[in-house]
Amino acid sequence: MEHLLTIAILLPLASAFLAFLLPAKKPGAIRALALFATGVSLLLTLYIFSQFDRQDAGYQFVKSIEWLPSLKVNLKFGVDGISMTLLLLVGIVSFCGALVSHEIHDRQKEYYILFLALTTGISGTFCAMDMFFFYFFYEMAVIPMYLLIGMYGSLPAGKHGRTKEYATMKLTLYLTAGAVLALIGLLTMYYAGGKTFDMVELKNNLRLAGSTQKWVFACLLFGFGFLASLFPFHTWSPLGYAAAPTAASMMHAGVLKKLGAYGIIRLALPLLPEGARHWVDLLAILCIFNILYAGLAALTQKDWKFVIGYSSVSHMGYVMLGIATLNVIGVSGAVLLMFAHGVMAALTFSLIGFFYHQTHNRNVPDLSGLARKIPFIGVCMVMAAMASSGLPGFANFASEIMVFIGAWHQGSTVFRIATICAVWGIVVTATYLLWAVRTSFFGPFDEKWNMLKDATTLKQKFPYAFLLAVLLVVGFWPRSLTDIIKPSVQRILATNSHRLAQMEKQ
Amino acid sequence: MNPVWIILFAPLCAAAIITLLTRKAQMLSALISCAAIITGFVLTLQLFAQQGNWMSPEPLQWLVVDNIVRIEFGATIDRLSILMLLVVTGVGSAIHIYSLGYMKGDPGFSRFFACLSLFTFSMLGIVLSNNFIQIFIFWELVGVSSYLLIGFWFEKHSAAEAGKKAFLTNRIGDFGMMLGVLLLWTNTGTFNFAELPAKIAAIPSCTLGLIGALIFCGAVGKSAQFPLHVWLPDAMEGPTPVSALIHAATMVAAGVYMLCRVSFVILPSETALTLIAWIGGITALMAATIAIAQNDIKRILAYSTLSQLGYMVMAVGLTGITPAMFHLTTHAFFKALLFLGAGSVIMAMHHEQDIWKMGGLWKKTPITFATFMIGTLALAGVWPLSGFYSKDEILLLALEHNKALFIMGAFTAFLTAYYMGRECFVVFFGKPRDKHAYDHAHESPWVMTLPLVFLAVLSIIGGWGSYIPHFLKPDEHAAHHDAWKGFALLLVPAAGFLLSAKIYLKADASDAPVKAALGRAWTWVENKYYFDELYAWIIRYVQGTIAMLCELFDRWVLQRLGIGGLAGTTSVAGKTLRLLQTGNIQSYAFLFGLGVTVIIYYVVVR
Repeated sequence: MEHLLTIAILLPLASAFLAFLLPAKKPGAIRALALFATGVSLLLTLYIFSQFDRQDAGYQFVKSIEWLPSLKVNLKFGVDGISMTLLLLVGIVSFCGALVSHEIHDRQKEYYILFLALTTGISGTFCAMDMFFFYFFYEMAVIPMYLLIGMYGSLPAGKHGRTKEYATMKLTLYLTAGAVLALIGLLTMYYAGGKTFDMVELKNNLRLAGSTQKWVFACLLFGFGFLASLFPFHTWSPLGYAAAPTAASMMHAGVLKKLGAYGIIRLALPLLPEGARHWVDLLAILCIFNILYAGLAALTQKDWKFVIGYSSVSHMGYVMLGIATLNVIGVSGAVLLMFAHGVMAALTFSLIGFFYHQTHNRNVPDLSGLARKIPFIGVCMVMAAMASSGLPGFANFASEIMVFIGAWHQGSTVFRIATICAVWGIVVTATYLLWAVRTSFFGPFDEKWNMLKDATTLKQKFPYAFLLAVLLVVGFWPRSLTDIIKPSVQRILATNSHRLAQMEKQ
Repeated sequence: MNPVWIILFAPLCAAAIITLLTRKAQMLSALISCAAIITGFVLTLQLFAQQGNWMSPEPLQWLVVDNIVRIEFGATIDRLSILMLLVVTGVGSAIHIYSLGYMKGDPGFSRFFACLSLFTFSMLGIVLSNNFIQIFIFWELVGVSSYLLIGFWFEKHSAAEAGKKAFLTNRIGDFGMMLGVLLLWTNTGTFNFAELPAKIAAIPSCTLGLIGALIFCGAVGKSAQFPLHVWLPDAMEGPTPVSALIHAATMVAAGVYMLCRVSFVILPSETALTLIAWIGGITALMAATIAIAQNDIKRILAYSTLSQLGYMVMAVGLTGITPAMFHLTTHAFFKALLFLGAGSVIMAMHHEQDIWKMGGLWKKTPITFATFMIGTLALAGVWPLSGFYSKDEILLLALEHNKALFIMGAFTAFLTAYYMGRECFVVFFGKPRDKHAYDHAHESPWVMTLPLVFLAVLSIIGGWGSYIPHFLKPDEHAAHHDAWKGFALLLVPAAGFLLSAKIYLKADASDAPVKAALGRAWTWVENKYYFDELYAWIIRYVQGTIAMLCELFDRWVLQRLGIGGLAGTTSVAGKTLRLLQTGNIQSYAFLFGLGVTVIIYYVVVR
C-alpha cells in the first residue's frame, strides 16, 4: 500500500529514463509511454484518494527510504488532505497535458522526457516530507520548465518587443531568485530545528524567537511568493505563459504555480506562527493588488494568453488572501481554490492551444465568430470563462466563497477591505473574460478562419470534457475535497496557535 | 422522494440529456424540455391542492467547515414558494409550448431548449432556496442562463453584446448582495432563512439598514431597477419567448420574490424601506416616460416591464409584501401574454419589429389581436381584469403611506395606458404601412395561439375575488379599501387611452404632434435619458484609464525595475540585468552559485 504513493510519484521520472533509451525516430512509442506513465499515475492517485482515511488529519501512505544518513536526508513521501488534493491536481493536469501534446512535432523525445521529469518534480514537491527533497523536486520542476519554454515555446513577434528567450530567461531568473530566498529561510529552520530535514521532526524541534521568525517568514513568504506570482513579483508570469507551449502553460499555471502557496501553507504557517501574524496584514494588501491590479491589467490585454496570464495572477490573489486569513475556512478555501484554479487554468490554456495551433493567431480582436466553426471548443471556452469568473456549479465558486467568508470572518479592517475588493474582483474577472469570449467566439464569422476544424472525435474531446467534468463534480459536491482538506488545515493551524500559546507563556 | 426535488431537478436533467445525448434529434429534445416543466407544473398543482400540509424535505449539508460555516442545500415549501412555483412552471409551460412553434426551423433548436431548461432549473432553485448562499448560487445561475439565452443568436453583434451586458450588470448588483450576505452572517452566524428572523432583533439598526440596502442591490440588478436597469431593454435581442420568460415570469420577478422571501431583514429597517420604495417609484415613472417614445414593439413592452417592476419594488418598500406578490403574479400572466402576442405579430410580419411598419393587423391575426388587447387592458388596470386588482392594491397602499409616491404611481398608470394604447392602435389599427408585409401576414399556428388563449384567460380571472392575497395570508383579511377609491382610479387609465386614441387612432397617425408638444423632453426620453451613453463613458474613460495605468505601470515600472528591486543592491541588479540581456544559460548557473555562496557563508558564520 505505502509503495503506491511512491510509485505514482516516481513513475513519470522512471518513464523519462526509459524514454531516454528509446530511439528518437519512434516518437509514437515515446508519446505512448508518456501517456501510459501519466495515465497510470493518475489512476494510482485516484486509488489512493479512494483509500484515503477521511478522519485522519495526518500523513498517510508514508514511505521512507534512507538516502544520506550522515545528513539525515531521507526520501520520504506521504500525503495529508492538502497534499492529496494537490496530487490529484497534478495527476489530472499532467495526463491532460500529455494528451494535448500531440501538437508537438519536432524533437518529441526530448519534449516528453522533460515533460515527465517536470511531472515528477511537481508531485514530488507536493508529497515530500523531507525539506531536502522538497527543495530538490522543486528545482527538478523548474529546470525542465525552462527548457520546455525555451525550446518549444512561441511568442508572437513584436509582442512588447520581447522574444521567447527573454520570457524564458526572465521566468527562470525570477523563480530561481525566489527559490534562493526561500532556501535561506529553509536553512535557518534546518539549523534551528536541530539539523533535521524531516518536516515532522522539525515541527517538534523548531524553536525560533519572535524576531527571527519575522524575517524567516518573510524569506519564505516572498521566496515562495515569487512562484505564486504575488504582487509585485508577478511580472514573469503572463509573459512566461504566453511564450510557453500549451502543455507547459497548463502545467505551469495549473500546478507549478501552486507550489509557492503550498510551501507557505506547509512550512511557514505551522512553524512560524509569530512571523505569520506579523505579515498577514501586508499580505492581504498585496492580495488586493494581485486581484484588482492584475485584473485591470488583464482588461487591456489583446493576446488571449496574456489575458489568461494576468487572470491567473489575479486568481492567485484569492489563494493568498485565503492563506492570510489564518482561519480554517479561509485556508481550506485557498487549498480548494488551488485545485479549482489549477484545473480551470489548464482547461483554458489547452483550449487556447487548440485553436492557436490552427490559426497561429491568438489576438482577441483578430478572431471573430469562431463558435460557428468550432462549437465544441466554443462551448468549453464559455464554460471555462464562467468557471473562472466564479460561477456556482463550478469548483471555483465553492472555493472563492470560502475565501470570502474566511477573510470576512477574520474581522480586521484590512481584511474587510480586502474582502470587498475580492468580491469586486469577480466582477472584473467576468468583464475581461466575457469580452474575450464575446469578441473572438461570438459575432459574425470571419471567413478567413474557414480552415478551422473542431474537436469531433471522443479522443479529441476527452481532455477538455474531462477537465470540465472535474470542475463540475467538485463544484456540485465540494465536500468531496473539503472533507479531507479541512482536518489537515485544522491540524496545521492548531500547531500554529499551539506554538503561539507556548511562546506567550515563556 | 419528495416531489419538490423532482420539480427542481427535472429541468436540469432535461438540459443535461439534451446537451449530452439528444442534441441531433431536435423535436425529441424539445419534447423532453417541455415534459420536464409540465411535470413540474402538475406536481406543483398537486402540492397546491394539499393546502397547508407541506413537508419541507430534509436539507443536504452542502459545505460544512467547523461550526462557523454550515451551508445547506434545502427546499422551503410554504405559501410564498408554492405561489411562485405555480407562476414559474405554469407560465413557463405556456412559453415552452409556444417556443415549439416560434423557434421552428432554427438551427439551434435543441440548444435553445437546453438553455430554456437550464434557466427554469435556476429559477426554481431561487424559489425553493432555504438559505442565502443557496439563493445566491441559483441567482448567479439565472444570470448565466439568461446570458446564454439573450445571446442565443450569438453571431449577431447586438445579441452577443446584450448577453454580456445583462450578465455584467447583474454581477454589479450581486457584488452588493454578496457583501450584504456576509455582513448579515457576521452579525447572526447563520445563512438560514428559518433561523435568521429570531436573530435579527439583536442587530443594531444602522447595520441592519446597511444590510437591507446591500441585499437590495441584488434585486436592483436582477429586477432591473434604476440605476442598473440598462440591461433589460437590450435583452430584447434574445428570441421572443426568452423575452417573455425573462421579462415576465421569471428572472426579473426573482428580485422581487427575493425581497419578499427575506422581508424579515428589510421590514425592521426604516432606512432600507424608504430607499426601496423610492427606487421603485423612480423606476416606475422613469421607465414609463421612456416607453412613450420607443418604436420597437418589444422595447415598449420592455420599458413597461421595468415600470411594473418598479411598482412591485415600491410595494415592498411600503411594507406591502402581499400586494407585491399579487402584482408579480398577475403581471406574469399579462406580460407573458403581451410578449408572446408581440412574438406572434413579429412572426406574421416576417421578423419586423418596428411598429411604424405595421398597421391594420387585427383583420389578419384575429386571435393574436384579441388576446393582445386583453393583455393591454389588464396591464393598464382596467376592471375587471387582473391588473386592476393588483395595481389598485399598490396604489392605495401608496396613498395611505406616501402621497408623493402615490402621485408618481398614478401618473405612471396614466402613461401605461397611454403608451399601450399607442402600441395597439399603431400595430393593429390604421392602414397597413408596409403593403407587401401586410399581404403576406398570417395568423400563427395553434401551438402558439393556444398558450396565448391560456394566458389570456389567466389575465382575466387572475385577480378575481382577491384569491391570491388570500392564499398568501389566509388568516389575515386583506386590508379593506373603499371600493369607490379603486373605481375612481379607473379614470386614470381611461384618460390615458383616450389621449392616445386621439393622437394615434387614425389612418395617418404619427409621433409628430407629441414631439412638437414635448420639445426637448422628447429627445431625452427617446434617448432613454442617455444612461447608456453615460455608462459607456464611465467604462471607457474611468475604468479604461485606470486599467491602462495598471498596464503601463506593470510594463514600464515593474517589468523594468523588478529584477533590480529584488536583488536589493544596485551592483547585483546591474549584473543580473546584463545577464538577462545576454540571455544565456550561464546566468542560471550564476544564480545557483550565488545561492550556494549564501548557504556556505551562512553555515560558516554560524
